[in-house]
Amino acid sequence: MMKKSGRARAAAVGKGLYLALILIFLYLPIFTLMVLSFNEGKTMSRWTGFSLRWYEEMFASRTIMDALGNTLTIAFWAATIATIVGLLACIGMNAMKDRSRLVLMGINNIPLLNADIVTGISIMMTFIVCGISLNYGTVLFSHITFCIPYVILSVMPKFKQLESHTYEAALDLGASPLYAFFKVVMPDIMPGVMSGFLLSFTMSVDDFVITHFTRGAGINTLSTLIYSQVKVGIRPTLYALSTVIFVLVLVILIVVNILSNRKEGEK
Amino acid sequence: MALIELVDISKSFDGELVLDEFNLKIKENEFITLLGPSGCGKTTTLRILGGFETPDTGKVLFQGEDITNLAPNKRPLNTVFQKYALFPHMNIAENIAFGLKISGKSKEYINDKIKYALKLVNLSGFEKRSVDSLSGGQQQRIAIARAIVNEPRVLLLDEPLGALDLKLRQEMQYELIRLKNELGITFLYVTHDQEEALTMSDKVVVMNQGYIQQMGTPEEIYNEPENAFVADFIGDSNIIDGVMLEDRVVKICGSVFPCIDEGFGRNKPVDVVIRPEDIIIGKPGQGIMDGVVTSNVFIGVHYEMCIEAGGFEWLAQNTTSYPVGTRVSIGVTPENIQIMHKPQSEDEEAISLDD
Ligand SMILES: Nc1ncnc2c1ncn2[C@@H]1O[C@H](COP(=O)(O)OP(=O)(O)OP(=O)(O)O)[C@@H](O)[C@H]1O
Ligand SMILES: [Mg+2]
Repeated sequence: MMKKSGRARAAAVGKGLYLALILIFLYLPIFTLMVLSFNEGKTMSRWTGFSLRWYEEMFASRTIMDALGNTLTIAFWAATIATIVGLLACIGMNAMKDRSRLVLMGINNIPLLNADIVTGISIMMTFIVCGISLNYGTVLFSHITFCIPYVILSVMPKFKQLESHTYEAALDLGASPLYAFFKVVMPDIMPGVMSGFLLSFTMSVDDFVITHFTRGAGINTLSTLIYSQVKVGIRPTLYALSTVIFVLVLVILIVVNILSNRKEGEK
Repeated sequence: MALIELVDISKSFDGELVLDEFNLKIKENEFITLLGPSGCGKTTTLRILGGFETPDTGKVLFQGEDITNLAPNKRPLNTVFQKYALFPHMNIAENIAFGLKISGKSKEYINDKIKYALKLVNLSGFEKRSVDSLSGGQQQRIAIARAIVNEPRVLLLDEPLGALDLKLRQEMQYELIRLKNELGITFLYVTHDQEEALTMSDKVVVMNQGYIQQMGTPEEIYNEPENAFVADFIGDSNIIDGVMLEDRVVKICGSVFPCIDEGFGRNKPVDVVIRPEDIIIGKPGQGIMDGVVTSNVFIGVHYEMCIEAGGFEWLAQNTTSYPVGTRVSIGVTPENIQIMHKPQSEDEEAISLDD
């Protein structure tokens, strides 16, 4: 009896330990970074006291604030435009015959599997060949491009789940195609559209490689800025910046989860 | 003039012909039923009328006007879909109000209509319920309510009572007929339940494999089936090979029966239909041929018996029971014998009718 419960306790402890280890591996680096961002001194090796100095410096810095602005506006517009284009693509694909749709879905999936560096270089080459100078617009354009497949991937399953014939029923009751779409189809696919948008947003904020190749001179996003500063030596302002990015992504993820949970709960 | 007319409609899916030169006229305030086995093209016919499928050839006319390519939302008809197609994120009241809101009706009018429609389909008080919380039969009734509140000129109903139990189905049949008479709506009704077709319709259209087999009043369809398919599909029947010896005389299973049909020629092979309730059972020697009862089942009201006679197993219904093994005679009065041409080929099995 005793022996058995002892073994059970050992197993529970083992499981807990294992979980703790995994979590430490996952989150310790980020945690370290966050802690260091509040460190008074410039050194990484010694805690010299709590301060918001690096945050102040970060917010005072033109370059960092410009990069943050670029990152956010590019992410927002890329996600918005990609969501609209992706949604339209899904509507079209949904109306297609099974075979054409499968072929298109295959084509859609290729960029997802493609290495970022290949995508980045090929987009850059295309711009250069076409004589388009690299700037904010080219970065935005590339971000839209790589976001669209993610939108399609998250919206398309929702079309598959649509209650059969509700769109036709709405038309039958006198609704115009547009009204029927917004009143009847849209509410059903909205969770997919939202997650497509947020996924695009985070992918865009997250992207370094493709931005790096398509940004040209003078334009920085957070990721390219950090990269360029690594070369000259990292200042703790970048810890503060990384913390901000991490928190930003975390918040978005939490929002997505709450939204989708609420939708599930309604069902 | 016909209210709606389907002219030479053909439709195929992936090279498979589903409707072949289909012709149908529907008069104002008529209750027409399309009756046929699963997959014969009933839903496809309704979808062409509703504007959800374009026919490969042929025209759809509404009051003589060609509406073949008119958008579904512009057509003066409403559909009760086979799969209900309720809007899942709206409650029941919003579902029913959908069409009324689009046509710009006032709030009071809409609320009255919702109440009225829910009462009609026996679901009063369901306004706030969600679609998911309803049973299949309840959803089906909401689908009916959602269509009728718009008071369309024509109502297309695709097996609208399929998910209901017998009692509820009969109640709804009665309500639908009352609606038709009250509102003057023209009904095109689809079912594969022959009893439902016969009790509700002014006119029944029996379909098979995209062809119209027979079109007529329920009495005509039941009493005078034009071919073996119709006879077999509408109720239980004895369908027997026979030979028309001359006018008014047919030979079945070696015995000669007097009948009332003429004009088939001499010694012509024909199909003969005799309804089980028309077979007269008597003492041996009293009828036209003798046989032995081989089975006997009580099916409510009357007994259904199989009688082996002349090498054919006759299905007979009678209120008197004859135990298995009894020797009996069978007979049929001449007017209860229905003679049909034998189909010469596959194509002839489909009889094209003009009106
Ligand atoms: N969109 C489609 N694509 C391919 N085939 C189809 C399509 N719609 C219908 N069919 C085929 O057309 C034939 C007729 O279908 P339809 O739905 O009209 O039958 P039905 O008479 O309504 O049958 P049921 O009583 O089972 O509802 C079937 O063989 C079906 O498989
Ligand atoms: Mg059908």
